[in-house]
Amino acid sequence: MSGFLQNTFNGLVGGAFYALLALGLAVIFGMLRVVNFAHGAFYMLGAFGAYVLLAEAGVPFWAALVIMPLALGLLGMVLERAVIHRLTRLDPLYNFLLTFGLTLILQDLVKSRYGVQSSPYATPAELSGTVDFGLFDFPTYRVFILGFTVLLCVAVWWVLGRTRIGMVVRAATERPELTRAFGIDVGRWVTPVFGFGIALAGLAGVLAAPMRAVNPLMGADLIIVVFAVVVIGGLGSIFGSVAAGFGIGLVQAWGEAYLSDYPLVSQTVVFVVMAAVLLWRPAGLFGREEAPA
Amino acid sequence: MAAASAAALLVAGCGGGGPQSGGDSKLTGDKIVLGVLNDQSGAYSELSGRNSVKAVEMAIADFKAEHGDDAVTKDITVETADHQNKPDVANSKAQEMYDRKGVDAILDVPTSSAALKVADVAKEKKKLYFNIGAATTDLTGKSCNRYTFHYAYDTYMLAHGTGTVTTEQVGKNWYILYPNYAFGQDMEKSFSTAIAAAGGTVVGKDGAPFPNTSGDYSSFLLKAPTLNPKPQVLGTMQAGAELVNVVKQYNEFKLREKGVGLAVGLMFITDIHSLTPDALAGTTYTDAWYWNFDQQNREWADRFQKETGTRPSFAHAANYSAAMQYLEAVQAAGTDDADAVVKQLEGKEVNDLFLRNGKIRAEDHRVVHDAYLAQVKPQAEVKEPWDYVKVLKTIPAAEAFRAPSADCKL
Repeated sequence: MSGFLQNTFNGLVGGAFYALLALGLAVIFGMLRVVNFAHGAFYMLGAFGAYVLLAEAGVPFWAALVIMPLALGLLGMVLERAVIHRLTRLDPLYNFLLTFGLTLILQDLVKSRYGVQSSPYATPAELSGTVDFGLFDFPTYRVFILGFTVLLCVAVWWVLGRTRIGMVVRAATERPELTRAFGIDVGRWVTPVFGFGIALAGLAGVLAAPMRAVNPLMGADLIIVVFAVVVIGGLGSIFGSVAAGFGIGLVQAWGEAYLSDYPLVSQTVVFVVMAAVLLWRPAGLFGREEAPA
Repeated sequence: MAAASAAALLVAGCGGGGPQSGGDSKLTGDKIVLGVLNDQSGAYSELSGRNSVKAVEMAIADFKAEHGDDAVTKDITVETADHQNKPDVANSKAQEMYDRKGVDAILDVPTSSAALKVADVAKEKKKLYFNIGAATTDLTGKSCNRYTFHYAYDTYMLAHGTGTVTTEQVGKNWYILYPNYAFGQDMEKSFSTAIAAAGGTVVGKDGAPFPNTSGDYSSFLLKAPTLNPKPQVLGTMQAGAELVNVVKQYNEFKLREKGVGLAVGLMFITDIHSLTPDALAGTTYTDAWYWNFDQQNREWADRFQKETGTRPSFAHAANYSAAMQYLEAVQAAGTDDADAVVKQLEGKEVNDLFLRNGKIRAEDHRVVHDAYLAQVKPQAEVKEPWDYVKVLKTIPAAEAFRAPSADCKL
């Protein structure tokens, strides 16, 4: 029983990363209709930024947790204005190419400066212990990640659901033309929303630094699963991306724990789930079928 | 006159290119070209990569300085290529090196599947290949050939050193976690054999996904302390970034405090640098060479640092040594004819920077030498950058490697 609870807990922690990344992808896709292939690279930059801040300037984890999302959010806004914005009117394929190219550039820039070897990053001392839950104990840092992510998702949900900015974003996501017709300037929200999505990816990266290998390819490995998460949740569905993120985390953890005798199954279970969901609901669990153009 | 040229013809015909006297024309193109084929951008580029090219250049400089005007040639160059750890790329780059770049000997080639391809090319082209970066024992087993030599390390050496000593000194019950592909499966088998031979038991083993895209190993790490009987040692066979993930999470779940020690199948000094010594303090592993082991290594490591800005891994030292031994063999043979050079190398006993009590075995072309059981120091005992391990024990050359395999027919 305690083993099952531990694995469940782990699944939720793994899912927290998927949720943060998928949430960013979902708001960006909703607002811009851009599938941001560079999302994994920004996650990597978040982790690498935390490492560089600590190693070169002695900036601790907590400060990095604020600085990196802000810095990357800004970088995201600059990129949106400078390049991505120019291609949104064209075939979506052009943005695939652009964001994929950005990924390669960002990865290789980091690679050429810091190499491929993983960089060291220790868990902050105040989170390095374990928490005793009676039935089992669990690393404090993982408890922190889970709590922090849940709070953040609730905050995002509140902003989107209860504030005026949120209403505009939701309206623009669901019916951009109609929202414009009401005289709302959708365009001015595009850049901040893109920056916000990127900031979430950077935040996930900083959170990952103490528990994952920090190297230029860390985002490329993870992003494949995140795309599966987004598809399962429903492209552009904000709630769906978070729910599917935690759900896939659980499926993966249980798969690895209880199907470890069948490595091929436990490795592919996420994609089996994706295929099944697509057969059953082609728009994803929480997505809406788009009206035929 | 006619008799003299007939005699010369006779010598050339019989010797198959044996030692000859006078003239400089026994070298193809009047020069020697060494080829370093390895990973220059991916997971193994730090532990070998471009710095191995530097190490080979150092060997060439030392060779020229040693022999001066008596050197068989002064025109010795290095060609290099990135094989991206892909067997098909390694195959075509190796052909290109031998056929079009005039390479006499290829060095390094990490990634076992790529190394086996290059060994096939070497056999077909009848040109030399010194493998350093790859670990598979097949290179001196069923895939061995007359033109391929296996330097540095292999899975047997790693398992025998770490498996035997850890079982004897740390604990008899093991849980083995390995990446589920050729290298990991090979390592798991080698370790299980070594552990059983030392009187230990493998109480559990799991193949983790490879590549592990989630980066998460917690289900395995949670399972380890709950096994019955409880393992005293977690043996991880992951390498590079995956090893970093396993060790970070091993520390997160406090397995050492729960009585489960850590043994690492394959570790390079660059991995310790990534993880920091404290994350690995107390971990034992088998090393083929350590830069701060003695004065000779240290002096070379200082020169290497001047060239590259970093300390050498064992792969760098082994590339230096292999280049040097090849050049010495050409010097002794007086020709770069591959068969003549092989004759010089086979059975040769060597002591150099890398090879201690070294011997180039004629039976299977395994280059045997002393290996070292190393333990990672806690940060508090690290006196200078990269001074990360202490050598617990020297494993004599005769014990460190397996006996020649019956599968190998040169």
